[in-house]
Amino acid sequence: MSEFFHMGGYAFFVWTSYGIALVVLLANIILPMQRKKEILKNLKRRLRREQA
Amino acid sequence: MSETSLRSAFFTVLKRDLTLAYRTRTEMFNPLLFFIIVISLFPLAVSPDPKVLQSLAPGVIWVAALLATLLSLDSMFRSDFDDGALEQMLLSVHPVSVIVLGKVLAHWMVTGIPLLVLSPLLAVLMHMPTDSIPALMITLALGGPILSLVGAIGVALTVGLRRGGVLLSLLILPLYIPVLIFAANAVSNAAAGLPIAGQLYFLGALLALALTLAPIATAAALRISLR
Amino acid sequence: MWLWFHKLGSPKYFYDLSGKFLPWFGWLTLILMLVGTYWGLVLAPADYQQGDSYRIIYVHVPAAWMSLFVYMVMATAGAVGLIWKMKMADVVASCSAPLGAAFTFLALITGSLWGKPMWGTYWVWDARLTSELILLFLYLGFMGLEAAIDDKRTAANACAVLALVGVVNIPIIHYSVEWWNTLHQGSTVARMDKPAMDTNMLIPLLLMWLGFMFYYGTTLFMRARNEVLHRERDTTWVKDMVTES
Repeated sequence: MSEFFHMGGYAFFVWTSYGIALVVLLANIILPMQRKKEILKNLKRRLRREQA
Repeated sequence: MSETSLRSAFFTVLKRDLTLAYRTRTEMFNPLLFFIIVISLFPLAVSPDPKVLQSLAPGVIWVAALLATLLSLDSMFRSDFDDGALEQMLLSVHPVSVIVLGKVLAHWMVTGIPLLVLSPLLAVLMHMPTDSIPALMITLALGGPILSLVGAIGVALTVGLRRGGVLLSLLILPLYIPVLIFAANAVSNAAAGLPIAGQLYFLGALLALALTLAPIATAAALRISLR
Repeated sequence: MWLWFHKLGSPKYFYDLSGKFLPWFGWLTLILMLVGTYWGLVLAPADYQQGDSYRIIYVHVPAAWMSLFVYMVMATAGAVGLIWKMKMADVVASCSAPLGAAFTFLALITGSLWGKPMWGTYWVWDARLTSELILLFLYLGFMGLEAAIDDKRTAANACAVLALVGVVNIPIIHYSVEWWNTLHQGSTVARMDKPAMDTNMLIPLLLMWLGFMFYYGTTLFMRARNEVLHRERDTTWVKDMVTES
């Protein structure tokens, strides 16, 4: 198991690469999800204002 | 209406400029991108040989920082001049130099700090020795505010002109030269392992001078421009 | 076929169709990436020369391929929007730009981290790395231009022209390792003869590439659907959908 993390001495390079990849890929999923919530919230508010 | 203290006036101006910058935050990246691209041109134009790049790097990075700051200076007073807010600031009870200081600080935070943060990456691109990177960052931290402060004088002088862009560069670049010389020299010396305390003290002195006198000069220049 | 393509031009049709595909794309992305990563990090053998550092290949190469692929999608969509004035084409181009930039950034960073153990340096100004860096500048320039123009139509047209001009960089990137003497290694997979890689190492690479492709589809759909909701906010179908949710 520790050999796996050690990556033959290249641990820093391999794990930093995969780590940054994970951050970038997750960010591009989370950001659109947040934006969608924001859009729907704003649209709902707008509709309520128009109907009032 | 309550009287605002000098301190709260300063922070109001600072917060206002930062908020306005945040609202157009995509524009913040343009000077940064320019900074990176200009530096990238040198390996392509001169030589990709690491030794050559190493000797060029301090000067190239600093010149690129100068030019990127120059490009971004226009935004300091432009929109306020266009919609008349600048005139209102000149009519304020508080000294204009303090208001100017707030604007300059906002400008440095939006332009100078990102350059500072990006500089290690560019040092790596230019094959600079890792020992010289702290020196690079210190010179940018000391010199960046000087660039914003002195630049404000030039922008204040040219804000009323329609085509002040190139004229601004001609006015300010001579004033930037001392900063450039000491900063680039400090970084080269650090790369060679020589002491840099003298250069840093000089930069510090220039910063102190700029902090105290530049806002006053800028305020005077603004009054002239808005005549 | 053309009828279906024409239908895609309708924002509502795109929204409904992409909504049906989205869960499939999402799950496929997850499965392919998990299997690919596990295979690449654990099951695949260590390289004879590079040891375990070569495993960076499983993020670096798919990211690099995607950076080129997404640019072609972006340029093509831009051209379609420019010529046939299709709004949805503009949306696809605009939503692809940040994704392409992310892939390019990832390719550059993982490449740099791989370069240090492999070549001894984080960066070298050779043809492939420089042209990939230029690709990143092109993506960022595209996004900057779009942000600077207020009218969406004009912005999309201007960006389409920019993207098309920049297409010349793509073959340069791809053939850079053949045309110039570079530090970066030549093609091992995309060759006419048999790929020069052990099958046990090749399969996780292909799995990760497929995973990245479906990831692009998933995130593109997510962003494009948001853009459609925003642009079509005054239409009845959007208003009905909002009141129902």
